[in-house]
Amino acid sequence: MKIGTPKEIFEGEARVAMTPASAKDLQKLGHECVIEAGAGAAAGFSDADYKEAGVTVVKTAAALWKAADVVAKVRVPDAAEMKRLREGQTLISFFSPVADEAKMQAAAKKGATVIAMEMIPRISRAQKMDALSSMANIAGYRAVIEAGNNFGRFFTGQITAAGKVPPAKVLVVGAGVAGLAAIGTSTSLGAITYAFDVRPEVAEQVESMGAEFVYLDFEEEQQDGSASGGYASVSSPEFREAQLAKFRELAPDVDIVITTALIPNREAPELWTEDMVKSMKPGSVIVDLAAEKGGNCKLTVADEKIVTDNGVTIIGYTDFPSRMGTQASNLYATNIRHLMTDLTPEKDGVINHDMEDDVIRGATIAHAKEVTFPPPPPKVAAIAAAPKKEAPKELTAEEKRAQELAEFKTQTRNQVGLLAIGAALVLAVGLVAPASFMQHFIVFLLSVFIGFQVIWGVAHSLHTPLMAVTNAISSIIILGALIQIGSSSLLITLLAALAIFMASVNIFGGFLVTRRMLAMFQKS
Amino acid sequence: MEYGFTIAAYAVAAVLFILSLGGLSGQESAKRAVWYGIVGMAIAVLATLIGPGQGLGIASIILIGLGAAVGYQLATKVQMTQMPELVAIMHSLVGLAAVFVGFNADIMINNLDSLFVANNLVLGATEADGFTAIGLPKEIYEGLSSFGQLIAKKSQVEINILKVELVLGIWIGAVTFTGSVIAYGKLAGKVDSAATKLPGGHLLNAGAAGLSLIFTIMYLGGSGSWTLVLLTLLALFIGYHLIMGIGGADMPVVVSMLNSYSGWAAAAIGFSLGNDLLIVVGALVGSSGAILSYIMCKAMNRSFVSVILGGFGGPAGEQMAVEGEQIAIEADGVAATLNEADSVIIIPGYGMAVAQAQQGVAELVRKLRAQGKTVRFAIHPVAGRLPGHMNVLLAEAKVPYDIVMEMDEINEDFPETDVAIVIGSNDIVNPAAQDDPNSPIAGMPVLECWKAKQVFVSKRGQGTGYSGIENPLFFKENTRMFYGDAKASLDKLLPMID
Repeated sequence: MKIGTPKEIFEGEARVAMTPASAKDLQKLGHECVIEAGAGAAAGFSDADYKEAGVTVVKTAAALWKAADVVAKVRVPDAAEMKRLREGQTLISFFSPVADEAKMQAAAKKGATVIAMEMIPRISRAQKMDALSSMANIAGYRAVIEAGNNFGRFFTGQITAAGKVPPAKVLVVGAGVAGLAAIGTSTSLGAITYAFDVRPEVAEQVESMGAEFVYLDFEEEQQDGSASGGYASVSSPEFREAQLAKFRELAPDVDIVITTALIPNREAPELWTEDMVKSMKPGSVIVDLAAEKGGNCKLTVADEKIVTDNGVTIIGYTDFPSRMGTQASNLYATNIRHLMTDLTPEKDGVINHDMEDDVIRGATIAHAKEVTFPPPPPKVAAIAAAPKKEAPKELTAEEKRAQELAEFKTQTRNQVGLLAIGAALVLAVGLVAPASFMQHFIVFLLSVFIGFQVIWGVAHSLHTPLMAVTNAISSIIILGALIQIGSSSLLITLLAALAIFMASVNIFGGFLVTRRMLAMFQKS
Repeated sequence: MEYGFTIAAYAVAAVLFILSLGGLSGQESAKRAVWYGIVGMAIAVLATLIGPGQGLGIASIILIGLGAAVGYQLATKVQMTQMPELVAIMHSLVGLAAVFVGFNADIMINNLDSLFVANNLVLGATEADGFTAIGLPKEIYEGLSSFGQLIAKKSQVEINILKVELVLGIWIGAVTFTGSVIAYGKLAGKVDSAATKLPGGHLLNAGAAGLSLIFTIMYLGGSGSWTLVLLTLLALFIGYHLIMGIGGADMPVVVSMLNSYSGWAAAAIGFSLGNDLLIVVGALVGSSGAILSYIMCKAMNRSFVSVILGGFGGPAGEQMAVEGEQIAIEADGVAATLNEADSVIIIPGYGMAVAQAQQGVAELVRKLRAQGKTVRFAIHPVAGRLPGHMNVLLAEAKVPYDIVMEMDEINEDFPETDVAIVIGSNDIVNPAAQDDPNSPIAGMPVLECWKAKQVFVSKRGQGTGYSGIENPLFFKENTRMFYGDAKASLDKLLPMID
């Protein structure tokens, strides 16, 4: 099959969907590669580079669209490109099935196959093709760099001979891929970084990147992001209020705000309100990564940098990945190449569009003259749903009391029962045995009782010393032998002497060993 | 010296012994507790030595001195890994001493009997009130040892009770003696540790016990001392056969149970001698040993009775077949993973004790901790062959005890742990206990090390553990087998940890 990449028509777009390196790999899959002249120029790849990698360079876009069986590009095709799309052709590009629904319908009608990079499911196997993640990573990084570019101070706090510089405080809202990349960049530049996300389970990831997670004082059971494939979903109004209150509290303090909050197929939620912007210090910077979808801050103007009346810079660029064309093209082309690998399982240059495959099915929005969006839920859940933590059931005071009472009752019943049986047994013995025996017997019973009480408290780690001690103590049998040894009978004396000897071995051995053991227990 | 003084001294000793056991509840107070025990024992022995009715004091002291020398040798020479054996063999001494003292009591009764006959009297005959015993003439009475005097004052009922007590003392003592010797043999590897039974199994034990009862009744009926000798032989057999029938994995419970037996024997002897201190201490030791065994059985989820009566029951159904293969790994692989890991949990077992690898383990822990890694130990309640066995060994190797965790404290942490290292343990990390209802250890709480991201198992070979059960852990995907003697393996591993 011929895989072709046209020059991006969208103004300012620097990325290209095929690099010389990815082309080499595509050829290993048995495909031929075609590229429009100058397609890679903005990303730093010359036509000569492509030729060297074995790519055929064609002069015009029209020729390319005609030649290629598979067209891989970055931006969604414009009207002119849509016209060039023909039956049987496969188009791989960013293609929002919601925003560009008409184009999707048109493509389906034509009988072209469209694979939308946005729709690659978020399962582990598909991560290598997840262009959203790879682009978001760049956006997050670049957002911090742009912010720094427009921010008049250092990120790190410094104490120099020329005066003290306080560290910059950065707040990252939304800890998705872009957010995490921004956090990583910001902390490594030395700023104090805070991060917020509606999904509490990402707190750990945030902290692992070195930022401080901003917790809300909010009681409601927070949503489990795993249910929506790892993306955030809409939060309740109460939660939103709590969230905004927290941001209001933070706004006067932070120097740089990077908002990355996006909900799939929806307008970006407003998180940074006008009054927050007003309460920020002059010179502060807001980078709104959600600008393309309306922005997390309503003051944001897409694709522009504005400065508010109180001196806050708001950056609404939507082309962060494109601003790092080479890097972005490398990553995107690799994503495409991985996708092609999955599409040509035999590595023979024949595309097998397997609609049973979760990843391919999920990303295909038009195929065989039909719109295939939305896809059925994937067979493999994106992220294993976090097991519902079984919250200990809050008992009401009454229930608690009733429970305690019942417990107390059973305990009492057991104890009284045992005591009654024990008392009856002792009394029965007392009926038969003479008083001299009973005296000793009472001593015996009390000792057993003490033994039970004392041993329950012994620490588990001390069970071996306990055994050694009781072993040593059990040689108290020596007393019996000591009493008997003074007998007139030689046999008794002999046996008693042996018993004394053995018992004293045990006394000394037992205690010494115990001491040795205990001496070793030490705290660091 | 008067009786009053002796008894007062006994009271002091008894209090000290109680404090001694109670003091073992904490690491620090335990050090004091041993001294209470030592002082209590010293007071008890001294009070008896200078008390009334003690003859041959010098000889006794010499004997004690001899015993001290031997005991000192044993206790200072023994390797910490051999602790369980030492404790077991020392129990046997107590058991044997109880047998001897019991026999002495019987001999004394016989001697007195003939003495009474020589004076035309009957031992145990009572005055007209049916209660006060008719004693010996004063001059003969005063020639007797204190124990003799005690018996001479007894009525027939009291003498019968005395006989019951001494039979109990001898019987339990004899069971303790052979049982401890076998336990020692199993722990020291001199006797095959597998559960073996003579044909007849439990019936043989029951028969011997029944026969013992018959001999007891005959002895009480006045059949003479030969019944006592036969009874002792039977008890010796029961002790032997009972412990032979218990597998090596249950040895911790057995040792603690024998400990309890030796206490009960001492208490029974205390009754026969009318010595309250013996009764008190015997009962303390007896009950503490029983509770300890109970706690341990609970930790293993085993029925107390079935352990004591002999070993693992046969599995009720077919055990799950284990699928997969054991994947081996070399020291460099282990070292690489450890260098990468942030959190490590080490699960030591009897294999570590056998290989004397605790120093190497401690060194490994020091190195890993120096790199700022979280390293902890997970100790199963029945790891090793004695309760707390692992704690003792790790303490010997100077592992700080605040990183040594109990099973319940650490079991939840495995899923967040990078590496779990299993060193010479098997049954306590066997997932079959949770997964396979037909496994002989089904239901026993185990350390869930397989939930860690990576598990290394240091093991001598592919054989099964003490209980002879296949361990599915070794076949898990995230398990790598690090074959070889634990100590040699660690020696190879240590230089590779940077």
